[in-house]
Amino acid sequence: MKDNSILEMKNINKRFPGVKALQDVNFTLCKGEIHALMGENGAGKSTLIKVLTGVYEKDEGQIYLEGIDKPVSIKIPQDAQKLGISTVYQEITLCPNLTVAENIWIGREVGAIRNWKKMNEKVDEILKTLDIPAKSTQQLSSCSIAIQQMVAIARAVDMDCKVLILDEPTSSLDDQEVKKLFQLMNDLKKRGVGIVFVTHFLDQVYEVCDKITVLRDGKLVGEYEIKDLSRMDLVSKMLGKEFQDITNIGETKTVYHEKDSTLRVFEANKLESNSGIKPFDFYINKGEINGFTGLLGSGRSESVRAIFGADKITGGSILKNGSKIKISNPIDAMKNGIAYIPEDRKVDGIIGDLSVRENIILALQVLNGFFRPFSKAKANQFASEYIKLLEIKTASADTPIKSLSGGNQQKVILARWLLTHPEYLILDEPTRGIDIGTKVEIQKLVLKLASEGMCVTFISSETDEMLRTCSRLIVMRDRKVVGELSGDELSANMIMSTIAGGDKN
Amino acid sequence: MHKNETKKGNLLDFMKGIFRMQIFIPIAALLLLAIFNLINDPSFYKITLGYNSVGNPVLSGYLMTILDYGSELAILAIGMTIVTAATGGQDISVGAAIAISGSVILRILCGTSSRPDSLQAPIIVAFLVSCLVAMIFGAFNGVLVAHFKIQPMIATLILFTAGRSIAAWINNNELPIVNDTTFSIFGGFIPGIPIPTPFFIALGCMAIAAIVLKFTNLGLYTKAVGINERSSRMNGLNPSFVKFLTFVILGLCVAVAALIKVSRLSSINYSVIAKDIEMDAILAVALGANALSGGKFNLAASILGAYVIQFLTTTLYKMNVQSDALSAYKAVVVILLVVISSPVVREKAVALFKQKKKLEKEVV
Repeated sequence: MKDNSILEMKNINKRFPGVKALQDVNFTLCKGEIHALMGENGAGKSTLIKVLTGVYEKDEGQIYLEGIDKPVSIKIPQDAQKLGISTVYQEITLCPNLTVAENIWIGREVGAIRNWKKMNEKVDEILKTLDIPAKSTQQLSSCSIAIQQMVAIARAVDMDCKVLILDEPTSSLDDQEVKKLFQLMNDLKKRGVGIVFVTHFLDQVYEVCDKITVLRDGKLVGEYEIKDLSRMDLVSKMLGKEFQDITNIGETKTVYHEKDSTLRVFEANKLESNSGIKPFDFYINKGEINGFTGLLGSGRSESVRAIFGADKITGGSILKNGSKIKISNPIDAMKNGIAYIPEDRKVDGIIGDLSVRENIILALQVLNGFFRPFSKAKANQFASEYIKLLEIKTASADTPIKSLSGGNQQKVILARWLLTHPEYLILDEPTRGIDIGTKVEIQKLVLKLASEGMCVTFISSETDEMLRTCSRLIVMRDRKVVGELSGDELSANMIMSTIAGGDKN
Repeated sequence: MHKNETKKGNLLDFMKGIFRMQIFIPIAALLLLAIFNLINDPSFYKITLGYNSVGNPVLSGYLMTILDYGSELAILAIGMTIVTAATGGQDISVGAAIAISGSVILRILCGTSSRPDSLQAPIIVAFLVSCLVAMIFGAFNGVLVAHFKIQPMIATLILFTAGRSIAAWINNNELPIVNDTTFSIFGGFIPGIPIPTPFFIALGCMAIAAIVLKFTNLGLYTKAVGINERSSRMNGLNPSFVKFLTFVILGLCVAVAALIKVSRLSSINYSVIAKDIEMDAILAVALGANALSGGKFNLAASILGAYVIQFLTTTLYKMNVQSDALSAYKAVVVILLVVISSPVVREKAVALFKQKKKLEKEVV
């Protein structure tokens, strides 16, 4: 172990059925350091953290902690806590109906007799030293999310934590609150606490962190000093494209969609929703495929969710063929010919216990109306038609959708929406977590649909996929639209530099 | 010989299939009770044709009692199943709501006096008004659950607590008595027909439920909302409205059950009428092997479950169990039935048949 390091993880391996989630990953954290852990979805960040905190048990590898000669064994979360490793998650895991002091003391051995007066005083002291504007006797739910997070941190600090893991702490905070949190982090840094900071916000990484470790596809890409790594390099390392390769990728773009039609079908002006995205303008032409791109959490899903009415629209307007339409719920969007295949298939897409048939007909059935159910024969006909068309592998149309593989579930959802014969199809990460063959099938299908005149918006984390399918890309960063690329500008190079934006390094 | 073996194999497959079927549980419970009674005292199944005080032919016997008194429960089970499917929770206020609806019926039939010589309003009017009232109270529960997102059991606790005093208040806490032979038909017999009317009413409700499920999307919508509310919304459904609707439908079931209840007595006892019926209705849903956490449902299984509960109650009465001790005995039997029908035991049974089949194959 190096002199000033507080935590070393060596050659960590973790396998899940069918996936190598972590392969020989090394991670070193030093005393008094804020260390960013970066990577796109599926890179292995959360697996690494879960291994460290005892949520998962590692398959291979060693974890060393400062002051302990041999590797430590962390099998359950309590082990990690005892060793001084604390985690503060994105969603608050404290009890909102207890007071701040109660939350700080809960679950810790303080003996049978409790002197709350003393304990409250102690908590007030802690809060004061950490400069957290809260009172010990205040009910936690009456504090803002930021303060709640800080209380969670205070709890961790009071438990003598040496390693503090902050997992996406800023995603629900506003700028002011983020500043306060950073102050606290810098404060802890001075006290020698090692902080692991997981976030999707690039600006924040460059604001507070000292080092960056980048993971990709379960492997370590590298550890960098913040001053040695420009934003551009960071983005390219996260996405896995070196600049030399980029020119080649531009050439491999096999299908370049013709922009022969300029007829605007849908248009959005200053659209805003309660998900926190900044107002954005948007349009789509007949037969066009466009895409939203950006890092995870940049607001690309939130944008299309606003168009579909999945999130509550708080401002702006949507136009169809030039006239204003009102979309306050998905059903309004559906009636206007919009179909949306959501990012989170399990939560927003499938109805797990229902059969493949019922899942396929659901959206059209709802459009058809409460009093006009399809006959069993009709439903069967729809189902078998699309099972055949999309080659859905299922034992029968009666099989519950939840017993299908991810790719086949996705095809069922696709079938559901194609059955409604939409004018505008929005696909949000339709190819995530599905096999390569299905991916290609879906891409081909999208191109075919567009050539038949359907408007399509395609979102994918994979730049290649976006370049192959889209003729226009809207680039997002930190919940804002920061650029639009089309024609010759469509290259991985341009996408990355637009995503990185304002490169001050 | 060989042919015989395959036949046996098919039979085992068939048995396995049956164990997996949802309706298997209430049927098995029914069979168990039936066999018990057959051994205990075959006269349980005796049905005799006699004449009642008015001189109409009536069939009597324990089986008739089950068909008769299980009817209200079967009707409630229909509504309760749908509420359970959509909300993943139960309505515990149906007993109190029956008291209110019954009180409304009597109030309208009696007019201003509490013991009128003749009906002050047509029965159909009284019934329709009580339907409306019951649906409004159902809507009240529905709004609390669907719009304010209160847990169903907590939301309906309000009406559970207040319902019986509302019922008493509707009739100024008097005990109205209706003296009318037509009115007593609903809880008794239609002249010339020896089978109790409540059974026909229950059959009618089942038929209506079947028609509604066939000709509307109620079934699909409630299942979808119960299984995955967020996905349902993404498919254009309004989950809040679907939940609300199920409570209103349950309200309608309550009104029908209330009509039978007050017709039986031609009067009402606010604190006793339909007492604890909510628990039996929930139990009927559970005995029908429907998930109390919502989602898919089987209405026929719930209805059968309701009659199983009545079968049990009647069996216990027949064995001269004291009415105070009835609940305790019932509880024991219910625990047995529920444990036997639990997924753990069912899977074991399926596994047992699998093993048997495998063993036989090895022997061959």
